[in-house]
This record gives sequence, structure tokens and C-alpha cells, in this order.
Amino acid sequence: MNWITNYVRPRINSIFSRREMPENLWQKCDECGTMLFHRELSDNLNVCTNCGHHMAISPRARFQAFFDGGIFAEIAVPDPVADPLQFRDQKKYPDRMKAAQKSTGEKEAMLVATGEIGRTPIVAAAQDFSFMGGSMGMYVGNAIIAAAEEAVKLKRPLILFSAAGGARMQEGILSLMQMPRTTVAVQMLKEAGLPYIVVLTHPTTGGVTASYAMLGDVQIAEPNALICFAGPRVIEQTIREKLPDGFQRAEYLLDHGMLDRVTPRTELRDELINITRMLLGLPPAIRGDLPAPEAETDATAPEAAATAAETAAAPTKESKPAKDAKPAKDPKSK
Amino acid sequence: MTQYLDFEKPLAEIEGKAEELRALARANEEMDVTGEAAALDAKAAALLSDLYQHLTPWRKCQVARHPQRPHCRDYIDALFTEYTPLAGDRNFADDLAVMGGLARFDDRPVMVIGQEKGDDTKSRIQHNFGMARPEGYRKAVRLMEMADKFGLPVITLVDTPGAYPGKGAEERGQSEAIARSTEKCLQIGVPLVSVIIGEGGSGGAVALATADRVAMLEHSVYSVITPEGCASILWKDAEKMREAAEAMRLTAQDLLKLKVVDRMIPEPLGGAHRGREAAIAAVGDTLRAMLAEMDGKKPKALIKERRQKFLNMGAQGLAA
Repeated sequence: MNWITNYVRPRINSIFSRREMPENLWQKCDECGTMLFHRELSDNLNVCTNCGHHMAISPRARFQAFFDGGIFAEIAVPDPVADPLQFRDQKKYPDRMKAAQKSTGEKEAMLVATGEIGRTPIVAAAQDFSFMGGSMGMYVGNAIIAAAEEAVKLKRPLILFSAAGGARMQEGILSLMQMPRTTVAVQMLKEAGLPYIVVLTHPTTGGVTASYAMLGDVQIAEPNALICFAGPRVIEQTIREKLPDGFQRAEYLLDHGMLDRVTPRTELRDELINITRMLLGLPPAIRGDLPAPEAETDATAPEAAATAAETAAAPTKESKPAKDAKPAKDPKSK
Repeated sequence: MTQYLDFEKPLAEIEGKAEELRALARANEEMDVTGEAAALDAKAAALLSDLYQHLTPWRKCQVARHPQRPHCRDYIDALFTEYTPLAGDRNFADDLAVMGGLARFDDRPVMVIGQEKGDDTKSRIQHNFGMARPEGYRKAVRLMEMADKFGLPVITLVDTPGAYPGKGAEERGQSEAIARSTEKCLQIGVPLVSVIIGEGGSGGAVALATADRVAMLEHSVYSVITPEGCASILWKDAEKMREAAEAMRLTAQDLLKLKVVDRMIPEPLGGAHRGREAAIAAVGDTLRAMLAEMDGKKPKALIKERRQKFLNMGAQGLAA
């Protein structure tokens, strides 16, 4: 019964009820106070249509808007040992986990998927701030390693959306060890010559910023995202002076040379398509309404999709259906 | 004069009494206090041994932070010859919280890098209490690159409460600097061995301790955050640091079980500050042994094994 109530039901709920029937049809912008109709807000990727304030967006909702036709295949992440330190603060760690799983409908704080953006095959990972502050523990480490391994296997770029309060306290030193672990993952990509693009979203702090989130080939942030190692409160307590306006916000970091770009969420997809295609030496993406790609089902499908992408993108070639291209590519991939 | 920690108060009283007796005897030649003083000494020794055999995690934190604990500078002076400090990050400044340079260890040229806290008010301020700014990590990256280029093993001595949480440090990319330092640790094709000699504070420590072999002194600590910080986040009360220290598994004993560290170096009774020479010598022996384990390994193998070590880390949890 426990398993059904704690795991299955939230999963089912997350699939149906949350999107279809939001409890409130109207949401107030935290910044300007405008009442926003839920559908309008979600169509605009949770960016306020009045003031442009970027509200949190779940990895799943982000991926649905990000991948062509909203189609992506989740990559399985190896499960780490549950509660490795048998940690207990005011609550037991497993109880905190269950509560987070129930409230988010997700298993953990990171979602990894493969799919295409503008017909460009990629691997993407997104961190979920609503799941225990997006905190980095063994699972998030495993997720980033799985994402990097998948990207290397499929020869695809990795785009990572970071969002975290930092390390998962309840995993103590093992959360700290995710800094070197995820750095190894980044090195796998670099050695394979594959682009690794980080999109820092609000907030990205602590050990996450001090490892994989700052090691991208291209570093992009969403507007006004808080990005820091030590939080502003800690700094104010340490230096006992007021911090300047906008301190540690995306634009401030851009001014100080710590980022390549600050890009609104609504423009991110196009920008990421352009950047990845240029880094991969691919021709410009074809814009406009393309039919949704077929869902990826097995390991060979991405290869086929990659071929389809190239043929679709190259105007000189007649575009062939993906399935015709598959046998030709297959022997090489083995 | 030994500075006593708060849990050592009973010990301070007994040792104080013994000292008083002796002072009295020196002033008054006819008095014979040898027996009584010796009894007090024995009592003090028994108490010390008892206290240190059962140090709680929070007490270990206090010992690890003891102002008289040997610091990086002491180890470098005692264990290395021809130490030639190299300064600066070639970009902004020289950060004295991170010291390092060329030196010989058993006549073998090495690159030694460590965090220095300082041992009086002036030097503590100079070294920023061992809290490095981005320049410190960028200096470490520079020295590791040099070591890699010339095939010198790298020895790091970790002792920091954490990276400095300051305005300038953030503006100049504290997180990027730490990330690059960890990255560099995983890229160099020379042996990299590390000892946590006091506090291994979070990202500021891991930036230097992502090593082939990591040892910890018996009463040093290594953690993702200070117990005070953890208590204020999870208990909403910084005074719950004792509970936090218990829960966090930050002692050398626990980290050995978790296989986060490879060796534990025993400290003299009463902590490294009560037997500085012995503690320093023990660290020297461990460095020697860890470097010997790396002998004859090719650069590629070193890098591959180091990465694999971290990829495997934590797979079993405490149950291992």
C-alpha cells in the first residue's frame, strides 16, 4: 500500500492532474503582482507576460517546450544507495525524500533526456529546484554522469539547466564528492570534443556552481538568476556591509566576465539550437513548423534521428524518411 | 602554554593544581610535593587519555580548529627542504591563504600546495584565516600545471574553514576558480597526494583534495559545510552544531568507512598540538607511503585511476 500511495499515485497524479487541472487558474507574478492566467503563463514558459519576471519551471515542463514536438526520451539514472549516512536531523532523510517525491511527483532532483531541438539531436539535463532545493547528492551526480555517458555514446552535445541551493546536506561528505564526480563527467564530454552548454537558472549556488555549472563551453544564464558560491546573507554577515543592487544576479555576473550571455527563457531554445549547430559544424536549422519527430525507442533510433536531422537540414539533399537511413548508418555505429 | 578547549576544563584544573604545587615547592625548599604532584599528573594523563579516546564529532571539530595545531607552514618547514614559495595567480593578486611552491621531499623535487591559517592575530589576518579567494585557487591551478609540465608529484595539505565568502571573491568568480582547481586535480598526469591536517571545509577543501590518495589526521574533519552551518539550515538553530556534527559523519573514522579517504594518521595522545613533532613526522611517513604507491604509474594511468576513484565514490554508503 505504501508503495502505491507514496510512489505510484504521485507519479500518476503528475501525469494527469497537475497539468490538466491546476488548483488555481490564476497565478500572481511574484515581481509585479499581475494576475496571470495559468495557460497564458505556461505558454510563456512561466515568464510573466507583463514584467518578464522568470518564475520557476519544472524540468518536465521545460523539456516539453524545449524538445521538438515536446518529445523526449528519459534516460534512466542508476539508483544510489538510499540514505547513505543514515542521516537524521529534525526529520529522517527518507521521510524528507518521500515528502519531496509526493509534492513534486518526481523521483529526484534531476531529469535527463535525449531528443531533438530544431532537428539537432542532443542530451539535456535539468535540475529541479522544487525537489529539496534541487540539491546535489549521489542521485544528481549519477544523473550528470549518465547524461555525459549517453552524450558521449551518441556523440551528442549536452545542455544542462542548473538550479540548486547547493549540496544535499543529508548526504554530507558524499554530496561534496559530487563536485569531483560531476567534474569527471564534464571531462568525458570535453575529451570527446562534444559541446557542453550550461544554462544557469534561478538560483544556482554553492557546490553546484563550484563544479559542473561553471565548467561549460558556453555559459548562459536566465535573467535575474541568482548565481553564487556563498549566498548574499552569508556574505553580509561576514563582511558586515550592504551589498550592491543586483549583486550575484545574472546581469551582474555578465558585467564581471563570469558568463557568456544572459538570455530570456523564451529565446533560449532558438539560441541553443544556433549555438549547438555552429559548434557541431552543422548547417543552419530550418525554422518553422516541422512535423514532430518520432519518439526514440531504442539505442539505434538516435542515430537514425541524427541522420534525419542532417538530411532535413541540408536543403540540397532530398529528405529521406529516417527509417531508410538507418541501415546505412548502423554498421558504422557498432 | 597549552590552550585548553572547553571540554578540557577538568583537565586544565588538574594540570593547574599540579603546576601550583610545583610552584609552591620551588618557593619553599622544605616542602616535598613530588608524590602529590605525580599523583595529579597521573590523574591528568588518565583523564586526557579518556577524553581523547572518546572524542565526539563536535569535539573533534574543536580539536581540528585548535589554534596551536600544527599548520601547513609547520609541515612544510619540518618535512621539506629547499622550499621555494611561488606566488601569484598572474591575474589579480597573491592570495596568502594558499601557500605553495617547489620543494624537496626526501630529496625528491615536488610541488607542495597548502592552506595556511596563521598562528597569531597578525598572521591570521594575513592568511585570511585559511579562507582562500579565487586567486588562491588560481595559484594552485598554476602550480599544478607547472608540476604536470615538469613531472613533479603534487602534495597538498588541506586546512581551511572553507572558501572566503566575500564580495570581491564572488565578483572575481569564486565558484569558477574552485571548479577549475578541482578540474585541474583531475587532469594532471603526475601523482597527487593530499593530507587533511585540520579542517577540510567544503568546496574550498575539495578543490585541493581531489587526489589519488587522501589521508586524514585522526582528529581532523572533512565536511560539506561546517556543523554550525548545517545546524542553522536543517535545525534552524546554529547552536545545534553538536547534533549536526554527529549526523554529518565528518570524522576521519567515518570517512575511512565511507572510503572517501584512504588512510587515517594517528595523532599523539591529546591531539597534534600536544605532540607537534610526532604528528608532523607521522604525516611525513604517510606522504612517503602514499607517494610510493604511485611510483612507476604512467600519466594516463594516474588520470584514469583518479577519475575512476571518484566515479566509484559513495556507491556503497556507510554499509560498506
